[in-house]
Amino acid sequence: MKALCWQGKNKVSVENVPDPKILNSRDAIIKITTAAICGSDLHLYNGYIPTMEKGDIMGHENMGEVVEVGSDVKNLKVGDRVVVPFTISCGHCFFCKKELWSLCDNSNPNAWMAEKLYGYSPSGLFGFSHMMGGYAGGQAEYLRVPFADVGPVKIPDGIPDEKVLFLSDIFPTGYMAAVNCDIQPGDTVAVWGCGPVGQFAIKSAYMLGAEHVIAIDQVPERLEMATRDGKAETLDFADEYIFDKLKEMTGGRGPDSCIDAVGLEAHGTSPDALLDRVKAAAFLATDRPHALRQAINACRKGGTVSIPGVYGAFLDKFPLGAAFNKGLTLKMGQTHMHKFMRPLLARIQNGDIDPSFVITHRMKLDDAPKGYETFKHKEDDCIKIVLKP
Amino acid sequence: MATKENVIRETALTPTAGTRGSMNRAEDSRNSQSTNVGQTERYISAIGGGALALYGLTRGSLGGVALALIGGSLIYRGTTGHCNVYEAMDVNTARGKSGAASVAGNRGIKVEKSVTVNRPAAELYRYWRNFENLPKFMDHLESVRTTGEKRSHWVAKAPAGTTVEWDAEIINEKENELIAWRSLENADVDNAGSVRFQEAPAGRGTEVRVSLEYDPPGGMVGAAIAKLFGEAPDQQIQEDLRRFKQVMEAGERATTEGQASGRSATSGR
Ligand SMILES: NC(=O)c1ccc[n+]([C@@H]2O[C@H](COP(=O)([O-])OP(=O)(O)OC[C@H]3O[C@@H](n4cnc5c(N)ncnc54)[C@H](O)[C@@H]3O)[C@@H](O)[C@H]2O)c1
Ligand SMILES: [Zn+2]
Ligand SMILES: [Zn+2]
Repeated sequence: MKALCWQGKNKVSVENVPDPKILNSRDAIIKITTAAICGSDLHLYNGYIPTMEKGDIMGHENMGEVVEVGSDVKNLKVGDRVVVPFTISCGHCFFCKKELWSLCDNSNPNAWMAEKLYGYSPSGLFGFSHMMGGYAGGQAEYLRVPFADVGPVKIPDGIPDEKVLFLSDIFPTGYMAAVNCDIQPGDTVAVWGCGPVGQFAIKSAYMLGAEHVIAIDQVPERLEMATRDGKAETLDFADEYIFDKLKEMTGGRGPDSCIDAVGLEAHGTSPDALLDRVKAAAFLATDRPHALRQAINACRKGGTVSIPGVYGAFLDKFPLGAAFNKGLTLKMGQTHMHKFMRPLLARIQNGDIDPSFVITHRMKLDDAPKGYETFKHKEDDCIKIVLKP
Repeated sequence: MATKENVIRETALTPTAGTRGSMNRAEDSRNSQSTNVGQTERYISAIGGGALALYGLTRGSLGGVALALIGGSLIYRGTTGHCNVYEAMDVNTARGKSGAASVAGNRGIKVEKSVTVNRPAAELYRYWRNFENLPKFMDHLESVRTTGEKRSHWVAKAPAGTTVEWDAEIINEKENELIAWRSLENADVDNAGSVRFQEAPAGRGTEVRVSLEYDPPGGMVGAAIAKLFGEAPDQQIQEDLRRFKQVMEAGERATTEGQASGRSATSGR
């Protein structure tokens, strides 16, 4: 089959590789009908996530048609249409039972690697480095899905792929980011990053009862989408006075919660952001947490900073003092996908939301390498790319 | 009060922190007299961190700072030659080796490890008590065959496709709580092991504690046994226990062995 393979920093290519096969009795194989490129893939593309190997198949936002099931998969049959969560979870461990699905104990065959870095290992992920399991991803024609009896969600006929594909990651991710804010009536939520995750965080914050959402980015078409589709007020992160403006917009109190939907590659022109770039380039630090610092600083006392943006290792100048002295709550982590997929599918079916609003580009899998470049550099007003094998 | 607030704002790491903010200009001018550079500097020094100090002092002359840092970090890279992440991994590996395992004179191996499994003790006990199941999660074992009520015959993998064998006997057992065994005379390698099952509180599964001891003779076989567990026997036993947990909880071992990748034109890794 054809598959998009990581070849090194800033280099991916479509290769001919063997078709996946069933390796365990709880596996299924799906024929990909639509996949997407995620901001998380850019962290891999840009070489920020350790333990990638040349030849790794990428892609964790996947849906398709079941073509084969293992002997223990009773809930799916050949021909079913499914969306596959990007986290891989066994469904039976302490963490899965607590609905902390992305912390599953049993799905990372390379757990020892993650344990070296984090003490304990999170769940396995599709196409997201060997430390996270080394599972082949779905920017390909076929995908092997482990624990297929608990992960994939069946999609009724009649709903087009593009409306449900983002149940695989970014819709639940934006939604969980908002859930983590514990939104109360009257709350203002500030969202850093108006990429796809930020867009869903904005919509979800309103769905969960926020009074007011303020979105921060610099890319005009993304800010425009946040205003047009998200009904958010917007700020440009290049503005030196974000803190003051947020304070002003909230009557001097500060946003009740702040969402960092940017992650470890935050851009910025302020001195701390430039130092981050220098230090990351020199391996003195690995992540560039400029947006996170700003979010922590801007958040009101006793508020919540919710972090869907991905961080990999070490942060420099993390303002824990501000977080501590303001009594902030910090919530973060990979999304507990399985908890949110079905309720959010119901929301799509109700007509509460049509997630396809973020799509700006549709491409053939063959053109995915070009897609990565376009998405990375935000060329051609690119916000979200979906791929068709 | 006002002074402290200003100092904190001055040292904060956001572009909003400056005293030039249009929206707080009035406030700033109120406070400006009580803030002086000396205090700010001392506060920054107290926090520590050269880069922070540089930041606080150089809003406006950034180029110089960046250059200085690049200089310094090039030296850093030159001397260390690798990334923080892998450094952390190595550091922890080193610590792991000197942890639970004690390798006496490069021969004897004694390891104690534990894992919590989300199943009842009785079920785990039953599975383990059938020693023929052990090779399903202990990768250094080739097979275990039950030869009597308390006896079994064990075959372990040794380097270069060879094996070592022994007969073992259960020397102590308490239903649903404990199994202890040891090798009998004429074993290729003397060894003993025990496993305890203890219900964790409030329905949190069962804590499983394993202790294994291998005391190989000198010479070729001894060297083979030492190699069997590689350089980090505790890590290997930890992986065995992880697989035990996977088998008991998830019904299978998580794997990517045999999956496709762009590295292979035929069979993946
Ligand atoms: N937690 C999870 O499970 C999960 C799942 C999916 C994605 N993610 C992460 O969420 C983050 C966003 O994903 P995405 O697909 O939207 O990525 P994206 O790269 O498309 O969007 C990031 C946006 O942040 C903006 N940005 C950069 N610096 C900023 C700053 N200083 N202030 C404000 N905005 C800034 C960029 O202009 C861009 O629009 C990534 O880190 C991704 O890895 C996490
Ligand atoms: Zn994603
Ligand atoms: Zn699990």
